[in-house]
Amino acid sequence: MYDPASAVKGWDAVQAAMPENPAVVALAGLAVDAKWDRNELTLEVAPEDVTAAGERLKAAGYNFLEDLTAVDWYPSEPRFQINYHILSHSLKTRIRLMARVSGDAPAINTMTVVWPSANFYEREVYDLFGVHFGGHPNMTRIMMPLEWQGHPLRKDYPVEGYR
Amino acid sequence: MAAVLDEEKIGTGTGVNDSLTDVLGDSARHNKGDREHTMILNMGPQHPSTHGVLRLLLEIDGESVEKLAVDIGYLHTGIEKTCEAKFYQQVVPLTDRIDYLSPMSNNLCYCLAVEKLLGLEIPERAQYLRVLLNELTRIQSHLVWLGTHAMDVGALTVFLYCFREREDLLRIFEGVAGQRMMTSYFRIGGVSLEPPLDFYKQVQDFLNAFPARIEEYEGLLNANPIFLGRVKGVGYLSPEDAIALGVTGPPLRASGVDIDLRRDMPYSGYEKFKFDVPVSTGGDVWARYLVRMQEMRESVKICQQALDGMPTGPIVADAPKIILPNREQMKTQMESLIHHFKIVTEGFGVPAGEVYQGIESPRGQMGYYVVSDGTAKPYRVHMRNPSYATLQALETMCKGRLLADVVAVIGSIDIVLGEIDR
Repeated sequence: MYDPASAVKGWDAVQAAMPENPAVVALAGLAVDAKWDRNELTLEVAPEDVTAAGERLKAAGYNFLEDLTAVDWYPSEPRFQINYHILSHSLKTRIRLMARVSGDAPAINTMTVVWPSANFYEREVYDLFGVHFGGHPNMTRIMMPLEWQGHPLRKDYPVEGYR
Repeated sequence: MAAVLDEEKIGTGTGVNDSLTDVLGDSARHNKGDREHTMILNMGPQHPSTHGVLRLLLEIDGESVEKLAVDIGYLHTGIEKTCEAKFYQQVVPLTDRIDYLSPMSNNLCYCLAVEKLLGLEIPERAQYLRVLLNELTRIQSHLVWLGTHAMDVGALTVFLYCFREREDLLRIFEGVAGQRMMTSYFRIGGVSLEPPLDFYKQVQDFLNAFPARIEEYEGLLNANPIFLGRVKGVGYLSPEDAIALGVTGPPLRASGVDIDLRRDMPYSGYEKFKFDVPVSTGGDVWARYLVRMQEMRESVKICQQALDGMPTGPIVADAPKIILPNREQMKTQMESLIHHFKIVTEGFGVPAGEVYQGIESPRGQMGYYVVSDGTAKPYRVHMRNPSYATLQALETMCKGRLLADVVAVIGSIDIVLGEIDR
């Protein structure tokens, strides 16, 4: 069974535990927090740094953006957690790049400049969470009808919808 | 429905053209010189060759495609939101409904993700059964792809042969899970039932007969001049574009990128099986056809190994607080009755944390991202579905090609709208 004590938490602890890891090396000086849990590496950066972090990771061999999504931690603040799951075809490993965005007019820079595949994913997060991606080529709803009110995957949006 | 784009109608208010420009974006507006030559053609959502309810907006100049925009969401049922209101074990049947042509892959991916959260060890027999059924699912899914793809480009007969073999597989699934398509056979911690006694014989019969059947399909297609004319050199996708646009699975391997999660990041015991990963460098519809045909042969190899090496032992992990006891235990043992009652009424708590589990589904890399806050219901479940990302590459593959090629390209990327819209 899972042992919570097996997790390594904090940037300094992760850097000490895996100083050679290419993602840790690439994000030195940029990452604000890190976590090694259940054999998965999570690196957190400030929301304004995501594009720079993406470029550095791409240069370090993490060439494939596999997934982009968000988590709503309502009512705590910063409310939204934006996750980028990035795979390296050469290293055969995956990391999670993460940024936390405030719930007040949530916005973050687009990742489409680094990986064009972020396009649909960012539209999905915008549609379902209401997080705006600055610089995105076509920031419109993708799942819900264009005239829809509200963002269904937010935690304050009822499962059965508004009545 | 076709609408000629003219200056008065663009962006002036109501009507179909307004929504067209909304979807196509500003970049769709041609400069004035070109506009009188082009028109916008609406394809779908109810169109047989879009394999579901996909709507395409094509800006065409004569018969050649200048721009292509994808409009999805017609099947959006908010599965990710629904998951947040269910116990962990109740999410399994929802995952079937995402990609209805490969339900076992979805079951497996979700179960592996939750097992990773729990830190649960799965017995070897359950792993083998999961691998065996996943590979049968891959063959089943590829058969639907082959039949419909060939039908899209004019070879009607192949469909009948493919569905004949698919019927055998669905019968095997029915025997194992009680359901033909929405199997929900896997459970968190193992599989739900011991397979019936004739299961192994049925699978062996299928594996004995199937390689000859693949040759039969190839006999219908490989030298068919109409088929070759429709697929060769059509829908080219370079490896760089494929990676940049998030394409995975057979279309990625057909562009020459040698990556398969079953081999490169093994899960569920795949490291114990020997198989080759077919790769082609053609990058066109024909290359994707070759890769998938070869994949079916490799799946047969994996199934045979799983069948031959099938270990004995339990089919679920030893975790009474997570896995429902069997009927007899529940009726005769006090503790089992209590566990049964608690799992059904309260679910089971999962240690807080987040995991991402990726697997190689028939369509490409599937991933489940599950967040737990320590309660019995997932805080967030997100599915990374291969078709969703692959669809982004559609414009690159179709640009400058004929309208008829769009149909061949859609068939070749093997999308399932259920998993795109979720």
